[in-house]
Formats: sequence, structure tokens, C-alpha cells
Amino acid sequence: MGNEIDGFVLGACVHAGAMGKLFEVTGREAGFPMLMKVPILDGAAESAETLLAFETEAMILPRLSGIHAPRFVAAGDVSSVPYVVIERIAGESLDHRARPMPAAEAARIGAAIADALHDIHSQGVIHLDLKPDNVIIREDGSAVLLDFALAHHRALPDLLAQEHRYAAGSAPYVSPEQVRGSRSDPRSDLFALGVVLYELATGHLPFGVPRTLAGLRDRLWRDPTPPIAHLRDIPPALQEVILRCLEVDAARRYQSASHVAFDLRNPDQVPLTERSRRRMSLGFGEQAVRWWRARDVARMAIGSRGDEEAAPVVMVAVDTTHPDDPRQPDLQRATRRILSLSREFRLICVAVVSSPIGAPAASEKDVQLEHRIRLRHWLAPLEVEAERVSMHVLEAADPGNALVEFAGRNNVDLIVLGAPAPDERALAWWRSVASSVTANARCSVHVVRRAPRSSPINGDF
Amino acid sequence: MALALLADIHSNREALEACLAHARARGAERFAFLGDLVGYGADPSAVVEIVADHASRGAVVVKGNHDAAIAREDGYLNESAQAAIEWSRTVLTPAHRAFLEALPLVVREEGACFVHASAVAPERWDYVDSPGAAQRSSRAAERPYTFSGHVHDQVLYVEDARGRMIAFVPQAGVAIPARPNRNWLALAGSVGQPRDGLPSAAYALADIERGRITFHRVPYDNLAAAAKIRAAGLPEVLAYRLERGV
Repeated sequence: MGNEIDGFVLGACVHAGAMGKLFEVTGREAGFPMLMKVPILDGAAESAETLLAFETEAMILPRLSGIHAPRFVAAGDVSSVPYVVIERIAGESLDHRARPMPAAEAARIGAAIADALHDIHSQGVIHLDLKPDNVIIREDGSAVLLDFALAHHRALPDLLAQEHRYAAGSAPYVSPEQVRGSRSDPRSDLFALGVVLYELATGHLPFGVPRTLAGLRDRLWRDPTPPIAHLRDIPPALQEVILRCLEVDAARRYQSASHVAFDLRNPDQVPLTERSRRRMSLGFGEQAVRWWRARDVARMAIGSRGDEEAAPVVMVAVDTTHPDDPRQPDLQRATRRILSLSREFRLICVAVVSSPIGAPAASEKDVQLEHRIRLRHWLAPLEVEAERVSMHVLEAADPGNALVEFAGRNNVDLIVLGAPAPDERALAWWRSVASSVTANARCSVHVVRRAPRSSPINGDF
Repeated sequence: MALALLADIHSNREALEACLAHARARGAERFAFLGDLVGYGADPSAVVEIVADHASRGAVVVKGNHDAAIAREDGYLNESAQAAIEWSRTVLTPAHRAFLEALPLVVREEGACFVHASAVAPERWDYVDSPGAAQRSSRAAERPYTFSGHVHDQVLYVEDARGRMIAFVPQAGVAIPARPNRNWLALAGSVGQPRDGLPSAAYALADIERGRITFHRVPYDNLAAAAKIRAAGLPEVLAYRLERGV
């Protein structure tokens, strides 16, 4: 083609959709391959909306950082040559993956998407148009989200606030609250993730492809056919996660993408409810009741905006090698206090056991079991509901490193751990763990010490 | 070039000086004072002198309803506001009063319109407190950017695909892209008497060339300003408002 815009040389057109075209571009040095997105503005009624969506993406992309969205390079002047230039992501579009795929693979991809959602949500952005088309899986298994044209940024004006029909996302994936005009609830993305997971695992769409508004409104009341009715070997834990994402009432879904990621990676820790046991759709009677309720649209509160910060993942590191250490109650008290600050938390209890190199394999299982039992006993006085807790025994030569890595993998917001006071020489080992975790963790760290005992005053007896 | 937008100073010298310093530290080279320099607070003379000094160096200044009330009764003012106006008349010099009297109701530049209340009929002091009112004021302004005060909140209105306005409550310190292909109406908030529960002074910085608006909140010595109000014998409620930001 050889056309040039603002120093970018246009290459091949790699995609042409109804709203815009994507070109390979070169000419400016970004350090990575680039794509230029140009909106199609033909003067028709929709082009005003296309421009709003285009401006929305051009506003939000430069504000996103991290590996889960394409990097932003440049934007053209909206009134003369509208375009955005972004990073071209190397990887495979999720839309090209065959489905159904094995449950473990679906869960792995689902967890990668949940990580990506957690990342953008914690930057104040809601995607609102999640679907396989808009997800690229990199070679390392991480997910990148594309197309922020319908997205919402907490700190920017929402140009699409009044474009209810246009901005409601893609019909098979859109959440019930979006159908009703809400654009500010991060949990809408978790509903779409549930649809994607359902599709990957079963090869079916839970709500089909609605073509009318009435068809869309179905999801305000209809419970989808349980995945297991399509494929008998769907694990109950996966069905539990999918159906929880697809709850009509956002308050009954997961409250944070990080919790979804965690459950998909730790299926043995997912508490199974009635959702995991459904074998067929609800009976006619129950569906009729739900339909009747949904008629009263006003009664369903539009997303009292889910708040990532109010649903933290807290990880507590417990020294199960010394269960009788007098510092344990201090750690328990601190943990209880932290959990009391939020209603919707997830607690991960971790024991780190130093693994001597070349230990006999037969004893490993016993070690795991022994420490898991000790964790359970440590946790018991806190009286946390089972569905909020998971327990893990990590065996590692370098416990500090193991804790930091585990926390990073599971989107932990806060690590709580004990440390000896400066004068407690016997426990110097834990001190080095605490300082290594504090120095290297990417999240907040709460270091607990024993309440200082009143020191004896000299000459007082 | 950064343009500082300062509305509803209301004789609060401490708040004004804090905002001016904050704006200069962020590269502000131009200043626009969006009306209600006086009223409510205890430092009308100092505030008028600071603003007049900026005006002599090219700052935009428009008249607010409290400024107009110094010369003559002009529209309704509540009891405490009326008391403050009567007290202000006793401390302002004839030169200060002449400066206020001579202020224009509206100033239009190439890309922007400055007006205290609605540009539809500035002398009626109508509140721009809804998307509809914002749409009417923006149309009457006939500029991509309209900068106003009067409503003591910080709100940014932007026009959507069908010419309707969308209201947005900004977060302090976040630069918002605001390009002139759409119409924007910014309420800068109140420098000298914020009422949203935060006592910190409110103003905004616009960069018209780069199409950016940033709203700011600036902590200042509000207790000192409140103490001066009490010392001047002005109504207690006016001191309390500064202490609590209500």
C-alpha cells in the first residue's frame, strides 16, 4: 500500500470489521510489532457511536499498564485522522481454539483470563466486551485482552453512558445488568468469563445467540443448562465455578476475578454447593417463578458496584514446624483483625516446610498431611467459613522465595506473617524469611511480632 | 499552556493562595477567575487585590452574583450571605468596589467561554446543575469549552453522539482527555467554600492545546480562615462550613 500517516507506514490489512480496519504498520520505532486501528466512518447513524467507542479506546489504552493489554503507541487527532497504534500481540486468538476442550485446559485458560481481568480491574478498568474474539493466549499461557472500545474507566468520563443498545457488548456474552444499561460493575466481566468458560468446556453457548432484545432479556431470569448436561465428564468443581460466574444477581457471583483464578487453579479447594450437583435445568415451576420476579426489573438492584478492594485475597504464612510457638496467638489475632475489615475476603493459609534434598519419597505424603492437619488446627479458632479458606503446604528449600512466588501466582493482596523480635536469636531463621518476603513481594506485607512485654525496670523488684 | 480555573473564592485568602501556589507549581501560566471573588469570607480586600493584580497581567475575570451584590441588591441571597455582603461593603475600598462593578458577565475567547453561571442568560444566575442545563449553557457559549462556577461542586459535562450531555464527577489529580471535537462544560468547584464534605480547596487546570483537564483538591489552613470569620463577627455557620467542607 505504501500509505503513510503521521510517520507510520501502512502495511497489509489484517482485519476488516464493521466498525474498523486493522493494518500492520512500521516506520516508527516502538521496539515491538505494531497495528494501526482505523474506524470506518461513513456518515451513517452508527458512525457517531463508532467514533465514541473509538475515542473510548484511545482514552483508556494509554492508561493501562502490564502484560494483559496491548501497549499503546500513538493516537491520531480524532477530528482529522482518527487512528490508534498499538502493540501487535504474538499468540493465538482464543476464537481459533477447538471446543469443547479438555476441562483442565479450559480451566487453565479461564484462570489466565481471570488473571488478566483482575489486572485491569485493579487499574479501574472494566472490559465489558469479553469474548473469545477479544482474547489472545501467548505462548507462555498468559492471556491478553483486546478491544477496549466498550470499556469503562473509573476515573474518566464514560462517553458511552447513554448508548444502551450499542454499548451492551456481544449478545451471547453480555451480563444481565449490561442488558439493563449498567456499565460500571466489574462483576459484569465475570459473567462474560462464565460464558466463555462454559463455551470452552462444553462447546455450547449457555444462552445461545440471541438476535432480539427479548432474547437478551432471557438472561435476567433464566438459569443455563448445567454444563454437565452437555458433557458428562465436566468436573463438579468446574461446573461450580462456571455457574457461580453466571449467577443473574451479581452479588451471588464471585466478587473478584482473583477469586475465580484461584478456584480454577485449585479445584480440590472449591467448596461444592448445589450448583455443582445440578444435572438439568431448573424445573418449569422454578423457572416460572424467576421469570415473574424478573418482570419487576426495578427490584433487581443494578450493580451496587463490586469493589475489588473490598474483596481482598489475604495469605497468611504459618510456621507449622513450631505449632506451640508462643507467637501463634499473635498471628491469629492479627489475621482475625485483618479479615474483620472486609466481608468478602479469600484467605489462603500456607505452611512452608523446608525440603531436605534427597528425602525419601515415601515420607513426603505424610509430611504434607501432618502439616495440613496442623494448619487446620491453627485456623480453627478463627471460625472462617470453609468457602473462604484454602490450605496449602509448600515444600521448598527457600521459604521466602516460595511464599513470594505463591503469592504472585494467586493475586494475593496482603501477606501476613510472623517475625521474631530483634532479641529472639533462636528464631533468626524466620526473621530472614520475613525480611526476604517484605523485600521481594509485589503486594503489601503485614509483619506480626509478639506484643512487647513490659520490660522490667532496672532496680525494680 | 496550562490555564488555572478558579471559581467561588468567596473572600478566602488562605484557600486562594494555596490554589495559586499549587497551580504555579504545575506550570500554570494563565489564570481565569470564574466569579464570586467575594462574599461569605473574611478577606474580601486581599482577595480582590490578588485577583486585580492577575487581571492587570492578562487574567480572565468574570462577575459572580456575590460580586454584583456589593454594588446593589441583585437577586436572592440567604441571610448569612446577605450579612457577609453588608459587612464586605464596609471593608472594601471604593477602588475595590469599582473593580468588581466593572467585571464582565461573560468572556469569550477563540476556544473557550468563561461565565460564572449559565451562558444562556448570565445575569439570571441560573445554576448549571443538570445535563440539560449544561447542554443549554454550552450551546449558548458557542465554544468547545465552557468554564463555570456558581455550583460549588466539581463536575465535567461532555457531549455524546446525539448532542446530549453526560455528567461526570472527576477524581482529583487525574488528567482527563477532553478534545475539542466534542463540547465540554467544566464546573471548577469552589476555591473558598467547598460543600462536598471535604474541606480542601477545589480548582481545575485546563490545557486547551493538548485537550486535557485536571481537577485538583488542595489542603489549606481552613481553620485559620474560619477563625477570621468568627473574629470579624460574621455568622457562625460560615466558619463552620469551612471547618467541615459542608
